[in-house]
Amino acid sequence: MIALVKALWTVFLHSFRKRATIEYPEKKAYLAPRWRGRIVLTRGPDGKERCVGCYLCSAVCPVSCIALQCAEDETGRRYPEFFRINFSRCIFCGYCEEACPTYAIQLTPDYEMSEYDRQNLVYEKEDLLISGQGKYPGYDFYRVAGVSIGGKGKGEGENEQPPIDVRGLAD
Amino acid sequence: MATLYIDNKPYEFEEGRNLLHTCLGLGFDIPHFCWHPALDSVGACRQCAVKLFKDENDCTGTIVMSCMTAARDNMRISIDDKEAHEFRAEVIGFLMANHPHDCPVCDEGGECHLQDMTVLTGHTYREHRFKKRTHRNQDLGPFVHHEMNRCIACYRCVRFYRDYAGGKDLEVFGWHDSVYFGRHESGVLASEFAGNLVEVCPTGVFTDKTFRKHFTRKWDLCSAPSVCVHCSLGCNTIAGQRSGVLRRILNRFSEDVNGYFLCDRGRFGYEFVNGSRRVRTPLAKKGRNQKLEPLDRSAAIKRVAELFSSGRPVIGIGSGRASLESNFALRQLVGPQRFFVAESETQHSITTEIVHALRRTPASRASLRDVAKAGAVLVLGEDVTNTAPLLALAVRQACRTAALTNAHGLGIDPWNDAAIRETGHNVRSSLVVATPTLTKLDDVATTVYHAPPDDISRLGFAIAHALDGSAPAPRGLSPEIEAMARGIARDLAQAARPAVVSGAGSGSASVVEAAAGVAAALYKVNHDACLCMSLSECNSFGCTLLGGRDLTAALDAAERDNAEAVVVLEADLYRNCDPAIAGALLTLPRNVVVIDHTLTATAAMADLVLPAATFAEASGTFVNNEGRFQRFFSAIAPQAGFAPGYRWIAEILSVVGPEAPRWETLDDIVNDMESRVADCAGIRAAAPSASFREGSQKIARQSFRASGRTALLANTSVAESPNPADPDSALAFSPEGIQAPREQPLVARYWAPGINSVQAVSKYHGDPPAALVKGEAGADAAENHGAKAPAAFASHASEWLVMPLHHIFGSEELSMLSPSVASLARSALIVLNPEDAAKLSIRENDAVEVSNYALSCACVAAIASWVTKGSAALSVGRPETQGLDLPEWLWIRKAGAP
Ligand code: SF4
Ligand code: SF4
Ligand code: SF4
Ligand code: SF4
Ligand code: FES
Repeated sequence: MIALVKALWTVFLHSFRKRATIEYPEKKAYLAPRWRGRIVLTRGPDGKERCVGCYLCSAVCPVSCIALQCAEDETGRRYPEFFRINFSRCIFCGYCEEACPTYAIQLTPDYEMSEYDRQNLVYEKEDLLISGQGKYPGYDFYRVAGVSIGGKGKGEGENEQPPIDVRGLAD
Repeated sequence: MATLYIDNKPYEFEEGRNLLHTCLGLGFDIPHFCWHPALDSVGACRQCAVKLFKDENDCTGTIVMSCMTAARDNMRISIDDKEAHEFRAEVIGFLMANHPHDCPVCDEGGECHLQDMTVLTGHTYREHRFKKRTHRNQDLGPFVHHEMNRCIACYRCVRFYRDYAGGKDLEVFGWHDSVYFGRHESGVLASEFAGNLVEVCPTGVFTDKTFRKHFTRKWDLCSAPSVCVHCSLGCNTIAGQRSGVLRRILNRFSEDVNGYFLCDRGRFGYEFVNGSRRVRTPLAKKGRNQKLEPLDRSAAIKRVAELFSSGRPVIGIGSGRASLESNFALRQLVGPQRFFVAESETQHSITTEIVHALRRTPASRASLRDVAKAGAVLVLGEDVTNTAPLLALAVRQACRTAALTNAHGLGIDPWNDAAIRETGHNVRSSLVVATPTLTKLDDVATTVYHAPPDDISRLGFAIAHALDGSAPAPRGLSPEIEAMARGIARDLAQAARPAVVSGAGSGSASVVEAAAGVAAALYKVNHDACLCMSLSECNSFGCTLLGGRDLTAALDAAERDNAEAVVVLEADLYRNCDPAIAGALLTLPRNVVVIDHTLTATAAMADLVLPAATFAEASGTFVNNEGRFQRFFSAIAPQAGFAPGYRWIAEILSVVGPEAPRWETLDDIVNDMESRVADCAGIRAAAPSASFREGSQKIARQSFRASGRTALLANTSVAESPNPADPDSALAFSPEGIQAPREQPLVARYWAPGINSVQAVSKYHGDPPAALVKGEAGADAAENHGAKAPAAFASHASEWLVMPLHHIFGSEELSMLSPSVASLARSALIVLNPEDAAKLSIRENDAVEVSNYALSCACVAAIASWVTKGSAALSVGRPETQGLDLPEWLWIRKAGAP
């Protein structure tokens, strides 16, 4: 009997304490900048898609929820023809971001993705691609890579010598 | 067995190889670049350093290149030695100094030998602070992509291309750290074997251009062991697909057949599988002149089954491009008496002659490996480079046997490639090329003779007669030819393991008889003699074992028996016979059923088309030119619309007759065939059956890294479906199972822990037990089966003897449906002797009309002096020249001339 009263008293006291829960969705929770939530595909400093379709994110994904097909434009620049993430499988581990050599794929502090229909959790490239650079501004893979693309010929990348002239005598 | 001490542990090994090869075989990893199992050692890259100790008391040791050191008994080496390790790390540091930051966009990534070796050596960070050297790329044609920045200057490419394959247009330019591997200028690589650069190059300099169009990483490919369908040699391949699209073909090592290489027709011809002319659902016409429209599967089967209840006979036409199982199923469906083969009368007589010659010859039947090791080779009548390309590569290797023997005499190890080539400059084995047309092997031949088929045959008879006086001699030979024949006979008789090579390409049965005669005569004086003949299609040998007759006989039967229907299995009759015969066969019977994967001219005539699976979607067996049963397995899981030919027929049979055999799986058919067709005994041994397990597991078609498994199909349904089952084989459509099987017929990819590139092949051993078609009794019969030498060639007044001219890219049906191969095919060519051309006032590149009573075809002229006056050579297998059965006497005139 006494125990019961004590318990009720404790409960009563709690109503004067500071709240641990928040009034979601009116109020939003604080999320650390490195929070791993909804995945996006970013663009490079030149506004072009960063993803080069290397398949590393899809290979590293422990639940195999990323699928894509790499394609190449007429200038040699690669991009994903389609890029699909099945968020109903994603465990937000962030491995894909870690594996990505171009900073294209990034996890964002957004978790508001609930759906009534599981099918709606399948995101295509149109749903993933954002217009900005995300967390890593300034990086452009093609500046440091050796392949040439439209607007960047051989030897025009960072830290590169001009191409060798094999017909020359002194090279 | 000898003992080798590696890091103080003893290992047993077979002497005769270098240390690197031996250690890789024992399961060790030693980084290496320039050594290749087929190209052997030159010691160029300095990557394979190990420590060698004098004896157990030597603890200093010396660093040696393992690829340049013979493995000998009681040798003591260390791979883990600190100095050796540092040496290797330094070498790779240098190699990587200029290497671009390309892996994410490099098609080699994930199966890159350079990546593997870099990881193996522990070189993780770039130490070079200076700018990187760069190169411009070249456009090397439709097959091979060039990205020169990635080169590490191991020289493998030029060693393969020039030294091994005899190519001339790939070179190394420049010097010191700026050497450049390419052509003197952009342009299509001229070698038929250029595609092998993709596998030979340990980096991403040379990659597959067709793969690039639908690029997938190796780890995502669902692969299966397969067999090439583009000629009769049956090279072993690995077919890789993703999402039902066949992405590429790679070599599958087979010691006896193709070794480490494929030809470009075999490697790049695969695109027909993804072609726009594929039939993917049953099609039917409401009436003869109406359009083909889709029909559902059960209705289609019912319609075919009804044809059998009419009481009138149904005729079946099998083909050399369908599997043995499908041909057998068709033969069971229509009955052996009504089973025919899609070959004209002449073609059929040649195919049969070849199969009989091979089965009766007292000489041994040569595999490609036997040809490559032959001490002397006689090529009689066959332009192997264009009809059976890898056979040409084997013949080219045979030219080196004398140099190898010479080097052996000088105490040079058999793997010491540079030394052997250096000492062998002037030593060449005897190679006789006696063919109707110019061949690419002429440059290495010791004797070249181009003449019309009958004269080639006469030379053959003369050689046989010179070897064995009891063999029939041709009459009226010129003294030069007679002397030539005697010289050739002497070389062949004296050589170790001489080989006679011929085939169906010349279109002349008498050439085949002559070659068989030479082999038989040669055997009398040299028991090591062997015989190799190529056929026209990948399963011509197998189809012949089932004993069908030719298309003329089929038409006779159709007319005589008032046939209800004809069922054509995977063949375009118009390609294989006179259009009048094909046309009659496709109109006379009340119904025409075609089972094929592509909408050919024949399929377009059909009342009902049942869509067949290609080699990539079906499992089955082909019998190659040597009589070897080889199983291919589906890489693509069964799909709703189409099915392997034998599956369609099994379903029809189950409706037609209650007493019909119940064929649920491939094994059921294989077992049934083995018990019913004596000549097919051995088909079961081609590969382990579907119940085979390694441990308790199936063999995985997918790698355990296979990605996107919960997303690839999520756009259609987020609920995942189970992996497709495969009742036909011991392989599974899944990453679960054995990754690196021991059985060669089941190898779906080359992989070893840490070795993701194709170089992992060095860690696989063994070959399948050879399941060859048995020889026939009566070896003596081969010697005097009444063959007579034909009369010498004599020109006609107003006609030319037009001989077949084969093109590796252009003459074969299926590869021409592949855009990359088709882009290299030229329009039909007629090659004339300069005097004849002058007489006809035809100049190079003029439009020419070639005709007989029924047909006329347009082609482009070329002029060459190797053509005998009064004869000409015309491209075969081209749409323009379809229906001609070359060699044939034809009229030739300049287009527009009277
Ligand atoms: S890892 Fe990055 S660049 Fe590569 S496919 Fe994924 S998102 Fe694209
Ligand atoms: S060759 Fe190999 S190491 Fe070089 S970029 Fe390509 S994948 Fe990377
Ligand atoms: S192109 Fe390839 S094979 Fe040729 S030298 Fe360079 S890395 Fe070696
Ligand atoms: S030689 Fe013949 S079987 Fe071999 S890869 Fe070439 S086409 Fe295919
Ligand atoms: S592999 Fe031995 S030196 Fe290149």
